[in-house]
Amino acid sequence: MSLDKFKAWYQKASFYAEEAYNAPYRSAIARAKREQDDLFMLLIFSEMMGVPNPASYYTLELQPLLMERFHDWHIRMGLEHSPLDNIKCC
Amino acid sequence: MNAIFLMLMGLGAMALGYFVYSKFICEKIFKVDPNFRTPAHEMQDGVDYVPTNKYILWGHHFTSVAGAAPIIGPAIAVIWGWVPAFLWVVFGTIFFAGVHDAGAIWASSRNKAKSIGALTGDIVGNRARSIFMIVIFLVLLMVNAVFAVVISNQLINFPSATLPVWGAIVVALIIGQLIYRKNMSLLLVTVVGVIALYAMIYAGPMLPLALPEMVGPFSDNQSWIILLFVYAAIASLLPVWMLLQPRDYINGIQLFIGLILLYGAVLISGPDVVAPAFNTNVPEGTPSLIPLLFVTIACGAISGFHGLVSSGTTSKQLDKEPDVRFVGYFGAVGEGSLALAAIIAATAGFATLADWQAIYSSFGKGGVSAFINGGANILQAGVGLDTVLSQTLLTVMVVLFAGTTMDTGLRLQRYIFQEWGSIYNIGWMQKAAPATLLAVGSCLLLAFGAGGDGSGGMLIWPLFGTTNQLLAGLTLLVITVMLVKLRRPMWYTLAPLIFLLIMTTLGLLIQLKSFYDKGDWFLFTMDLVVLVAAILVSLECSSALTKQIKANKANPAAKEA
Repeated sequence: MSLDKFKAWYQKASFYAEEAYNAPYRSAIARAKREQDDLFMLLIFSEMMGVPNPASYYTLELQPLLMERFHDWHIRMGLEHSPLDNIKCC
Repeated sequence: MNAIFLMLMGLGAMALGYFVYSKFICEKIFKVDPNFRTPAHEMQDGVDYVPTNKYILWGHHFTSVAGAAPIIGPAIAVIWGWVPAFLWVVFGTIFFAGVHDAGAIWASSRNKAKSIGALTGDIVGNRARSIFMIVIFLVLLMVNAVFAVVISNQLINFPSATLPVWGAIVVALIIGQLIYRKNMSLLLVTVVGVIALYAMIYAGPMLPLALPEMVGPFSDNQSWIILLFVYAAIASLLPVWMLLQPRDYINGIQLFIGLILLYGAVLISGPDVVAPAFNTNVPEGTPSLIPLLFVTIACGAISGFHGLVSSGTTSKQLDKEPDVRFVGYFGAVGEGSLALAAIIAATAGFATLADWQAIYSSFGKGGVSAFINGGANILQAGVGLDTVLSQTLLTVMVVLFAGTTMDTGLRLQRYIFQEWGSIYNIGWMQKAAPATLLAVGSCLLLAFGAGGDGSGGMLIWPLFGTTNQLLAGLTLLVITVMLVKLRRPMWYTLAPLIFLLIMTTLGLLIQLKSFYDKGDWFLFTMDLVVLVAAILVSLECSSALTKQIKANKANPAAKEA
């Protein structure tokens, strides 16, 4: 067997193995990750909602980076509209 | 009768079922449509809804439904002789399980990939949905209790397996870390992991480990059961990637290796079936074949648990609708072939009829240890593996399956308790640790309550079967009502449904009487609860179907959809 053929075969086998490993648990893991991310969002935006956060000096600069996720987050938390006065996403 | 003949007949019949009957069911009854946009495409989110290659989906569906149960059931049921068990596994797979599994995926994918539980609420009614939740809880409870007993029995019967069984957990933990923290190539890790596992299986017979006969007030059997639940409780609280995911993956590989080895060994050695075709000389206390056969073998012939897998996860990943035939029906065929291997091992793996009768000395005896002993003899004759080594290999295979099921089952039970906590506003019950304790407590109560010393867990095996069949009945009901609504032939799912309900109810009544005679009030109550559920399910079936048929008659203008 030539090396190229072997490489192609190895890649195919790798793909099937990776899928067999990951496919059954993809959703459980993604959900767990989302839960952690949600907690992180709460820490970042806590000051705005009146929850004092000693680290807010540092988390402030992260806010613009997380703006994209803000809308999905507050919907997931059960709030139809943005809970913040100064940030209106919907 | 040669086992090769039995194997070819069984596999051939199931293949015929796949090529002919499943084609008919999927094309003419379900009318699968290659142009239908499946929920995996419609709601694709990269998390739950992911269109998946049908071979991968089959592998994942098959390995989630195949476990220890299709080995335990047939290995107990051959006590009536090999013919009844063989026929029920083969015809059950073709006409019941395949249709049920493929149907559950189809029904779910046609309804936004909702779970069968939710579909029961939508299509049959809310009352049926509540029954469904109760039946699921009972199934989980019994499966955890029974599997703990099975594992502890095997660890006592085959102490050579203790090291690899617990060692496999360490291997899985390491694989999980290597993949998630170090991002190592999966193929490499797989090879190393499998070699490590088999090295331990090889070392197992040299280092047999057993618990002392009494640990404090508990016998060794009871201590194993307690240890197993401690393990399962901890495992079910860990994130899935740490232990459950790598374990499941190793089990999948083990499943294929085990099946290939067993069938290969049968082909090479061609052992004779020593068990009688119909056992006319059953040990005293063995219940009658009809209806108990049909609840003793649940997984391997038809099992409601498959409906949960089919509708919960598989339907969300279905790429094209015609794939239901391969994924669902062929998944059931895969499980049927595992059950067939269990039948062959437990009937052809012994030298003489007397040996076989010595093992099957009473109902519930034999079972898994017969599968392991018989299978090991076949492996030794076929591939030349040492008997003790083969026993260790098969024990590890069964125990790993059962252990993973306990982990998953306890997790699901915890979710149910947490849900009840939020429904009834009980704060502490919504937390993971107390909910797990409740789940473990109820399982331990059942495992110990059933037999006093924990060994009685096997008594509830047929009871577990009835509950499992009820679940299958509810799924078949959902599919049948959908078919009637679409004005398609209903008998292909209704006939299995009626058969199941009759056998389940009869089985429950017979067991009720035997528990009453023995004065076993704990199991008597359990049986009564399941019986009430069975009657409720039957009533739901007739009322939902007559309602739909009447609605169809009242509106004859609407043609077939």
